[in-house]
Amino acid sequence: MKKTTNIVVAGLGGQGVITASDILAEAAFRAGFDVKKSEIHGMSQRGGSVSSDVRYGEVVFSPMVPEGEADFLVVLDPSQIEYNRHVLHPQGELITPDIFFDEDEGISDLDDLDADETIPITKRTLNTAVLGALSARLEIPESAWLEAIAANLRSAYLNDNTEAFLFGRRRNNSGA
Amino acid sequence: MSEQRLLLSGNEAVALAARDAGVRLGTGYPGTPSTEILEEFDALGGHAQWAPNEKVALEVGIGVSWGGGRTLVTMKHVGVNVAADPLFTLAYTGVAAGLVIVSADDPGMASSQNEQDNRRYAVASGVPMLEPSDSQEAYDFALQAFTLSEMFSLPILFRMTTRVCHSKTVVKRKEPTAAPPSRAYQRDIPGRVMIPAYARPAHRRLREKLHKVYDWTESCGLNYEILNDLSLGIITSGVTYMHAREAAPDASFLKLGATYPIPVEKMRVFASKVKRCLVIEEGDPYLEEAARAAGIPVEGKSEAFRFGELNVSRVRRILAGENTEPAPETAGGVPPRLCPTCPHRLVFMALGRLGCVVAGDIGCYTLGVLPPFEAMDSCVCMGASIGVGLGLRHAMPDAEAKRVVSVIGDSTFIHSGITGIVEMVYNPPKTGHVVIILDNGTTAMTGLQEHPGTGRALDHQPANQVIIEEICRAIGVTDVHVVDPVASGVEEFESLVRKCLDNQKLTVIVARRPCALLERKLKALNAASQTVCSGT
Ligand SMILES: Cc1ncc(C[n+]2csc(CCOP(=O)(O)OP(=O)(O)O)c2C)c(N)n1
Repeated sequence: MKKTTNIVVAGLGGQGVITASDILAEAAFRAGFDVKKSEIHGMSQRGGSVSSDVRYGEVVFSPMVPEGEADFLVVLDPSQIEYNRHVLHPQGELITPDIFFDEDEGISDLDDLDADETIPITKRTLNTAVLGALSARLEIPESAWLEAIAANLRSAYLNDNTEAFLFGRRRNNSGA
Repeated sequence: MSEQRLLLSGNEAVALAARDAGVRLGTGYPGTPSTEILEEFDALGGHAQWAPNEKVALEVGIGVSWGGGRTLVTMKHVGVNVAADPLFTLAYTGVAAGLVIVSADDPGMASSQNEQDNRRYAVASGVPMLEPSDSQEAYDFALQAFTLSEMFSLPILFRMTTRVCHSKTVVKRKEPTAAPPSRAYQRDIPGRVMIPAYARPAHRRLREKLHKVYDWTESCGLNYEILNDLSLGIITSGVTYMHAREAAPDASFLKLGATYPIPVEKMRVFASKVKRCLVIEEGDPYLEEAARAAGIPVEGKSEAFRFGELNVSRVRRILAGENTEPAPETAGGVPPRLCPTCPHRLVFMALGRLGCVVAGDIGCYTLGVLPPFEAMDSCVCMGASIGVGLGLRHAMPDAEAKRVVSVIGDSTFIHSGITGIVEMVYNPPKTGHVVIILDNGTTAMTGLQEHPGTGRALDHQPANQVIIEEICRAIGVTDVHVVDPVASGVEEFESLVRKCLDNQKLTVIVARRPCALLERKLKALNAASQTVCSGT
């Protein structure tokens, strides 16, 4: 049996952690995998730490990613990196918004990224761009991702988010 | 048979099953992790309503069942404490149409004041219990629960936990069967009027029914063996089954889905097939104690694992026979806090400055205990603020008693604060008392649900509104103030509280200001309904 892929998405309440992990889980679901997704919510609207586990493969049992077994840890808020690092497998990969930063191009933080007209990422579409980067590392077809994005975001935001997603995906495909 | 493949949370799966089972009415009171069940049932077109508290919800559910309609009653674990009174006697009377009570337990207390294990309620009340381990089972078991309830004429305790309620897993939905036949109301005086003369035989009937349910749990497909490597056998239920399958992929399993009455003979037979037999369960040693009492040689978990949720890593430690654990990662975690624009903030600022003894309650405002406010002395259960505050006033020396206030939210006031006000009026402390009702116009804590004081029903449509200050006046509180703490500012609010404390009368201050998140939600709902209206 092929190994289960484990991903943890983390950040602070209100940052879109749950929506991002909903999109990820749905993409894997639409790709035909067995999927489990789990998070603790209920009080997150008040800004506390939030994390969500997504697992997919042929058959998934526990809905929670075991300690030290995450293949990918996606952290949307830098303050939450160290708190969540223990979930990551020694060979696992940490993905944060700063994969889009590029000192040479004068982009060293979110404000720069937001302001840069040549990059279709704003603070509002950052999460989908990060999902794009993650998607380049996973075996889920692009069509499943696009369907999942459409199913989870309001239509008014769809175009910008799709564009940001594809940008994140392409850019990370070429290894830039 | 056509099949639909869906990705659903356990809560969504129960709601869907309730629709597919033809449930006439869903009722309950919000409480994490159960809240989304009724919201989803409503979204799916079902008839759902919020009751003022869990006891009333169950009582309405009993009436619906006797009136001929299937009914789903939802609550969090501590809600069953509130609904326990009707529950225990409902077990005697039995039901007509299927009645399923969801108890959503919260091991680990992600959002609760205790981690009681409600499997004990099944035993104490004599109500059959099902325990799903993922959304597929939540769907399948819930569908089956309604027919079981009708088959045995008993309510079913549907025990879920946070991870089952909130995890999304794949669900295959079967072609919904035809709606259940509607039942005419049938009068049954000795069966439903529980005077002692009728209750005595009713208790015997319950025990006889439970023998039949026991025969069923011993033979039903919800309790099954997976025979693999026989050197290790694991008896388990709920989401723990999933953790254990992963932690011990080669082991043999007795997976229990119907866990009251406990299928003891099934456990005995299974234990006899394997070399080492472990019971792995979250929370109390419920199955383990039953096995041991029946003389079945099983190992349990050490006391360290009684606390909190289990997961794959913890199950591995249990399997290794460990009895201590490394401390969990906490550095860098951010606890929840009151929103920056939360109107509760001003109230706690004022109470802090006044040096009040604050008998607190449960809701977002319990966060007033954390820095920078640290303005709360107690939090026990919903509604306790008023009784505890009165008790403190009765016991403390007058000079200190005068500083005691009770603080309670609007939803909590409706849930179980009204009787506290009755107590205050009936048995007033010498120094009077001050109750502050934090009316933010919503049940914010659990995700902005409506309640009888908001003037809107579960689906956010207009409903009759219960006016909090009028209730207080009607009960006999003469000193009732309604203020907007944001408009008046901390200084003015503080001086009002000081005046009321000095007065030594019976006072209620309604601090009324809508929750900041509520305003956003209502705007979004309005916008959504307008697009629907302007659409074709
Ligand atoms: C018996 C019981 N039912 C439900 C809950 C879950 N719960 C805790 S507080 C609360 C109500 C909070 O609303 P409110 O009192 O209006 O305060 P707010 O959060 O809006 O500040 C609920 C539903 C509980 N703890 N106990």
